[in-house]
Parts: sequence; structure tokens; C-alpha cells
Amino acid sequence: MSFAPSKNLQHEVAELISHYPDGESRSASLMVLHAIQDEAGYISTEAMQWAAGEIGIKPLNLYELVTFYPMLREKQPGKFVLKVCRTLSCAMAGSKELHENLCDKLKLDPNAHGPQTTADRKFSIEFAECLASCGTGPVMMCNDDFHEAVTEAKANEILEGCK
Amino acid sequence: MPQEYKLLLKHADADDYSNDLECYERHGGYAALRQALTIAPAGDTTPQAQLRKHVLDSGLRGRGGAGFSCGLKWSFVRHPNPKPIYLICNADESEPGTFKDRQIIYKDPHQLIEGMIISCWANHVNLAYIYIRGEFTEGAKILNTALAEARAKGYLGKDIVGSGHDLEIHVHRGAGAYICGEETGLIESLEGKRAYPRIKPPYFPAALGLYMCPTIVNNVETLCNVKHIVEMGAEAFAKLGTPNNTGTRLVSLSGDVKNPGYFEIETGKVSLGELIHNENFGGGLREGRTLQAVIPGGSSSKVLKAGEIFKLGDEEIALLDVPYDFDTLMKIGTMSGSGAIIVIDDSRDIVECLTNIAEFYAHESCGQCTPCREGSLWMKKALHRMTHGEARADDPDYLKHIAQNIQGRTICAFGEACAWPVLSFVEKFRDEFEAKAAVKK
Repeated sequence: MSFAPSKNLQHEVAELISHYPDGESRSASLMVLHAIQDEAGYISTEAMQWAAGEIGIKPLNLYELVTFYPMLREKQPGKFVLKVCRTLSCAMAGSKELHENLCDKLKLDPNAHGPQTTADRKFSIEFAECLASCGTGPVMMCNDDFHEAVTEAKANEILEGCK
Repeated sequence: MPQEYKLLLKHADADDYSNDLECYERHGGYAALRQALTIAPAGDTTPQAQLRKHVLDSGLRGRGGAGFSCGLKWSFVRHPNPKPIYLICNADESEPGTFKDRQIIYKDPHQLIEGMIISCWANHVNLAYIYIRGEFTEGAKILNTALAEARAKGYLGKDIVGSGHDLEIHVHRGAGAYICGEETGLIESLEGKRAYPRIKPPYFPAALGLYMCPTIVNNVETLCNVKHIVEMGAEAFAKLGTPNNTGTRLVSLSGDVKNPGYFEIETGKVSLGELIHNENFGGGLREGRTLQAVIPGGSSSKVLKAGEIFKLGDEEIALLDVPYDFDTLMKIGTMSGSGAIIVIDDSRDIVECLTNIAEFYAHESCGQCTPCREGSLWMKKALHRMTHGEARADDPDYLKHIAQNIQGRTICAFGEACAWPVLSFVEKFRDEFEAKAAVKK
């Protein structure tokens, strides 16, 4: 299966590459991968091959980034990606319980390692490390939306708002 | 009664304040930039060199964690330089406990941009980047909008404000790796590589940074301060705070206090105890709770135990009386780091707190240096078994042994960042760790 970038994506990638000095287009790699993931939901091998051609580097140079940076993924996640902050201040404010509640509601295993996706592919959930809002824990993200002081009631609202 | 002193956060939280250019200019924004650009040469000294001297004289120290003199850092770059000079704003805010830079990025982005433009001009920089952590998706959008506004107004682009100086700033997003906050790791990441920190020497960013060119990496809060130094003058700035700990600091307070949040204080004018207990700040612990421990400068800093008394020369100082600054925190064996205080009360299992921190470092080690890659995992595993009823009798010593073999043996300071919490927790809360080891099922 080949990767068919949209006109928008092609335009965006060209724009991103122009942000770096001549001869330094490799710098655009992370931003290009973000752009692909924003559009396609994940980064396929074919997408890496296409992007590497645009940037003028080897696909391997992108693959080594996808396997290093936690935000980048190789598989299509659920429509809504939930990230619950795991780190100390949020843990003290109840993020483990929040994660457990969400997993229970989504019929997923709260003790599983790494991201998990519901059978209907509507939700993915995972722990994330410190999301830099430690004063208002527990915090979580639902796709790009950021939620603070997430109580059980608020978590339910967030799930119900995912349509 | 100790008070906040609002310099950087003067406007950010006002109801009628928004993050657009028009509002920023209405509040006097970009006047400092115009002022900086009109400095006249003084004899042989260029306006840029004068400005760099102002920043040095102001005593401004880096707000990202190391607390190194900003003016001194700038002075390591040679002028005139045959290579292009780059400036990078470190907006990777990822030290657990820290949430100060996000306040500026989200609520007052033009303050950062103005600080950056002035800093770029002072250091002959024509191209700069804001490296923002990937999870600040909204923050990146806000910055891009603000940069576009600044470009449209002529603050960026060719010949900024008629100065003859060209400058472009772009946003570069990270993707969830803590190690990108380390400046050489950040540079590698910005070059499109894995964020493996570089070894110093020879790779000091001031000489061999981005694309092997001289590069200045400064934290968001540090760059904002530059604008205020121009505005109020180095001398007035240096009068804020305490000697050698000048200006204000944004403090992130979280954990077991009634009123967690971010506060701006004159550096060293408010004590740890006041930050935790005073009504203007943390508001004290929850009902019926007593203090157990304080992590004073982000999760990498060494923990402080309630009731500790420190010897400073001939004087003794109690934990809660320690002024919140750079130097005193260092003298008592820890650091104020990124200005993030995590308060732990007596309801917490201290071993579990350390386990949480150790898990963070095991996840975030970049894997380049063996002691850190393996050691951070071993520490996490040992702590995991200790908190799951499977501790071994020698686990407290085992943890210390691993930590001692990580610190000082890695390319970057991550080695210390993962070793210090373990060393300090085990040393100061030895009884709690031994109790775990004794109750093996």
C-alpha cells in the first residue's frame, strides 16, 4: 500500500522544510512526522518512505525517530486518544485511580503495559509522563484537548463528549 | 506577610488580558524592543555589546534548572563570528513538578517573543527556534499565531523595526521525550535526530551547537526576563531578589498543600515554609496532616526531610526557614532547579513516592550511556518489588550502590537527575526503606 499525501500535507511539508537553513532539511523530520500523524493518525512505513524522499534523507532516519519519541506511533490508535499523567504530583492527586476508572469504563485492563485500544476502535488509553500541569492534577489529554483536576464525574463527561 | 511580586506574570492572569498582539501592545508591549534597538554605540562598544553587559550586570541566572549566569553564557559566544549564531528557546518544560513556562506561553506569548527578539539582536542572531514540548499542542498554535502577528507588524522578518537587522523565529515541536530538555539533546533533536546528548567538551553549544555553529539555549522564563532588564535597567533588576539571586522566580507548587499553583516571588525573599504554609501561597497542609518531605526543585533535586536543620557556616537554619533562592538551596545540598516544589505529607508512603520518580527516569533515559540506561531500570525494578511486598534485605544498600555508580558516569546530567532522588530518599528515610525490606512476605 502506498502513501497518498493530501495536497494540504504536501504543502505543509514543503513549508516546514523551508523553516530550516539550506542543506539542513533533516531538521524538519520531527515536524514532518507530526504533520503526517496529525493527518493520518499514525505513521506508516510508506509514509516514512514518502517523507524521507521529500526531506532528502533515508527512511531509516525517520524510523529511528518514530521508535524513540513516545508521541509518535506506528499503528492507528482509536479515534480518541486518552493520555493520563502518571508522574508524582498527578499520582498524588489520584491519576492511578483515574486511569483505572477510565479502563473499567472502556473494558480495558488497567494493569496492561503501554497503549491499549477498545474493540470498537473508538478509544485508546495510555499513561503519559509529566504533562506539566502539576498544580491541577490529575490531568489528562483527550486528543489535543487538555483537562485539569479530572474527577470521576469530569472523566465521565469527557468520555460522553467524545462523539 | 510575604507577598508575590509580579513582574513576568504582571498581566497574564488579568480578566481583560488576552494573548494577542494588540492587547500586549496596549500594555506597553514591544516598547522594550524599540528601546533596545535605539541604544547608541558608546565609543568602541557596540549597542549589542552594551546590552549583553546589561544582562550580565543584572545578575540574571538561567531559570531552566542549572541557574547559570545568563550573561556569562552569552559571553562564551565569540563576536564577530565567522559562522551564523543561533538562539533556541527551551520550552520543553518537562521536569516533573514544573508548570511555569506554560503560563507564559499560553497567556502571554508576546512577552516571550519580545524577550527572544531582544536577545537575538543582542547576540547577532538571525534565525531562532522555540523548541516546545510536543504535548503543548495548543501552546505551539498560540506561539505560531503570535509569531505571525509579530511578523505582520515588522517585529520579525527583514530589517526589524527599521534596525537593519533580519530575524526569523520558528516553532519546533518535540514529541514526548524528557531528554530534549537537556540542551545538547535538544540540539540533536532539532537537527532531526534522536535526542542523544552530546559530550562536553568539545560540544559546548556556545562554540559547537546547532549545525556545529555557536548556539545559545535559554529557558522561556530567562528570555522573558531579558525584556524586563531592558525595560527597568540592569541596576533596578539586580535590586530585586537577593544578592547573586536577582530578579523574580516563578515557583510551581504542587502536592499536599491546600492551594497548589504557580507564584512569582522575589528570589530569596520568601522561605520554603512560607511558600508551603502562608495563605498567599500554598495555604498549608490539609487538615490533620503534618509535613514529611519537600522536593524543592523538580523531581531531580535531592529531597529534604521535615524537621531537618542545616549548618550554614556558623549558623543553623531550619528547613522551613530556608529562603527560596539558588545559593541557599545549593548550600543545603540540593537545588532550586526549575523552581518546582512538591510537598509530601505524612499520609504518603515515601517509598512509593520514590518509586514513581524512579519509574519516570527509567522511562525517560535516552539509552545512550550504559550506567543510566541499565541503572535507571534496575532502580525502578528494585523499588517496584519493595512496594509490592517482595523487598530484599539489602535493597536499600543496593539502590544506593546503583545510584552511586550512575552519577558522574554519564554524558549528560540525566545520570545525576536519576541518581540524586534515590540517594537522598534512601539516606534520609532509611527507616522507611528498611521497614519495607523487613516485611518481605
